Amino acid sequence: MTNKQKKILPQIFTLLLIILIFGFFTINAQMNMSNRGIDFGYGFLSQESSFDVQFSLIEYDGSHSYARAYLVGLLNTILVSVLGIIFCTILGVVVGIARLSPNYLIRTTASWYVEFFRNVPLLLQIFFWYYAALRALPLPENTEPLFGVTYLTVKGYYMPGFIWENFNILMYSILAAIISIVVIRSHAKKIQEERGKQLPVFFISIGLLIVLPALTIITGIVQVEVELPILKQLSKTSFIYEGGVSVPPELIALVLALSLYTATFVAECVRAGIQGISKGQKEAAASVGLTPNQILKLVIMPQALRIIIPPTTNQYLNLTKNSSLAAAIAYPDLVLVFAGTALMQTGRAIEIVSITMLTYLTLSLSISVLMNWYNKKIAIKEK
Amino acid sequence: MKNINILKPNKDNFRTYLFIGITLVFLGVFDVFLRSFFMVNFLSFLPNLLNFLLPFILGLVGLQMIRLEYSGVKLVDTVNKNINNNIFNAGLTLFIIFITILALPPSLNWMIFDANISGDTKEACVAVEGACWTYIKVWLRRFMYGMYPNEFHWRINTAFIILISFAFVGFFAKGKFKNYLTFYYAIIYPIIAFLIIYFLISGGSFGLEWVETNAWGGLSLTFIVSFFGLIFCFPLGMIFALGRRSELPVIRYISIGYIEFWRGVPLITVLFMSSVMFPMFLPADTFVDKLVRVVAAIVLFEAAYVAEVIRGGLQALPRGQYDAAKSLGMGYWKMQTFVILPQALKLVIPGIANTFLALVKDTPLIFVVGLSEVVGMLQMAKTNPKWLGYAMEGYIFAAVLFWAICYAMSRYSQYLELKYKTDR
Repeated sequence: MTNKQKKILPQIFTLLLIILIFGFFTINAQMNMSNRGIDFGYGFLSQESSFDVQFSLIEYDGSHSYARAYLVGLLNTILVSVLGIIFCTILGVVVGIARLSPNYLIRTTASWYVEFFRNVPLLLQIFFWYYAALRALPLPENTEPLFGVTYLTVKGYYMPGFIWENFNILMYSILAAIISIVVIRSHAKKIQEERGKQLPVFFISIGLLIVLPALTIITGIVQVEVELPILKQLSKTSFIYEGGVSVPPELIALVLALSLYTATFVAECVRAGIQGISKGQKEAAASVGLTPNQILKLVIMPQALRIIIPPTTNQYLNLTKNSSLAAAIAYPDLVLVFAGTALMQTGRAIEIVSITMLTYLTLSLSISVLMNWYNKKIAIKEK
Repeated sequence: MKNINILKPNKDNFRTYLFIGITLVFLGVFDVFLRSFFMVNFLSFLPNLLNFLLPFILGLVGLQMIRLEYSGVKLVDTVNKNINNNIFNAGLTLFIIFITILALPPSLNWMIFDANISGDTKEACVAVEGACWTYIKVWLRRFMYGMYPNEFHWRINTAFIILISFAFVGFFAKGKFKNYLTFYYAIIYPIIAFLIIYFLISGGSFGLEWVETNAWGGLSLTFIVSFFGLIFCFPLGMIFALGRRSELPVIRYISIGYIEFWRGVPLITVLFMSSVMFPMFLPADTFVDKLVRVVAAIVLFEAAYVAEVIRGGLQALPRGQYDAAKSLGMGYWKMQTFVILPQALKLVIPGIANTFLALVKDTPLIFVVGLSEVVGMLQMAKTNPKWLGYAMEGYIFAAVLFWAICYAMSRYSQYLELKYKTDR
């Protein structure tokens, strides 16, 4: 056997095996479907769905199509993932830094938190928050206001809502602020390279982001009305808050559990990243006369981020995938709405499961592409 | 006198400062202690906010007063270094101490002093304010064995005892037999395990009654699913890790596709697939047991993660190892089994352990196909009309159970890591 044959033969065998397996499955699927009298196709997506979804970000009821039901589920999944990612990042960074604190009590508390929450199954945590912790909240009629205008009740969290007029102008002002920040940043960099002088870019940016939108509101171009949640009696014993924004308890439980669970992993990534920077870096920076703040901002963080970002991306991906556990507490996410209710009604297992899996695959791959791009941007540029 | 700062001690007057400081901290902690344990608030004559914040302020001033580097008192130095090195840390320290003191009495009362574990019915818990551990006691068999018939529980116990004793064979192997251990654990042990579980737990022959897999459940099911998950996903993952590093493009791309696909989808949709989509892909009259389908789905899913972990180990090996093995005239398989994999696997013990932990923590998800292990049984017990309202106790019980299992596993992996650590 020549060397070339040695390389080609196993490949051909593997390919044949794969084709055989797929062929076997396809033929069986065709036979099964023709036996049961169902045809393969995605036409059902435009049919009327005739089921309701409890919580949706866009307008939806039974008269809309399955495609729109899919969109409702997808948006709900994205909402949970984004909220979870934000909270788990904040908590994870705080806990990760706390684990390196010189303070013994803080260090120990943080490591207890990590050891406990990462070793308990996520599903159990979701059930705990939803069925045990949030069920202990008071009924709407007995609730004391939290922060004056919001209400945390067993039926959900009620916040005042904002009704905007000329909302697009506000958006334009924010866009203008962002553009001017980018310009100022590049200008500041130029000044620093030419004269070695640093401008307080961070404070200017924050100021711009607050002042420009605030100006549009003060001058009266954009008007905002606050709508407070108001207690309303439905029947003799049943009360509910109306108006404003209401967050269903399923969403609260899910975001709580997801962010508490994922934060433990993010915290470990952050800790590893900071520990991965050798002590010499800090000492060298201090010896050239940088202040502690500058050391953290200009020397430690840029290097630590390189170590932190790849594993943290993985955790974000995990969080997005784990958000599918929403189905267990009936939060209408993609899995519950589409792979649950829609599948039950149409019976199109292959089409629906494949769409659902492809959606998650796309979500995961796009997050990982985005993070890879960022990772490449901050990577060491070797010459 | 220059620059007098009454809050800053120096060497001369340190004793006085130490005395006053400790008294102040003690007063602050004592006040919180009284409020928490005895509901006494001897400062109630003060305005509300001051009354609320006073212990904190007292403690902060006290800690500030004893903060002196190299004071000469060893204990004070340790305290200053560890919990009191600046005002921010002192504040956080006090905060944590106060929270602990405030949270201790209610939680202890709920869990121990007001709790009840006697009796066999819900009536025993009616007058009890704290936790009702009777609930756990009554349902314990269900949580452990699921709906498996009570009189056959010895079968599950025996099966697990036999399995564990077979697992320990490796410790007694000596001399020549040691060479066959990998073979034993990779191939013979899984077969033995399958046979034992099939004949003993499932039954149907040797005069043992058949128990269908739907009745299996509880912690024993968690163990069965994770056990088969572990032993099958490891070799599969190894194959795909090697495949991804292969020089043959077809094999490499197939492996990449496989790994990226399974890593991109959530387990819950994979389980959905195994329960609703997979039967469509089989010939019309074949029937594959639900449990087998679930385990297969978990194995396929976790194998992708194992593959990525092992690939990390393979990449970490220096190129010289491959070259050295090849220059000795070793072929591909010989090189992998005797040179590359033993070293790579040693490197990735922590990663593998994390994947296995994830697998154990993922087992509750089998509820989507209607199998209920511990968490599933909890949900069932919680909705039982005779035992409504004890969800909290159940979840705490399960959390402690899973925590113990996972913590033990992670400790064991740390031990293995140290044992196989070879300095280079």
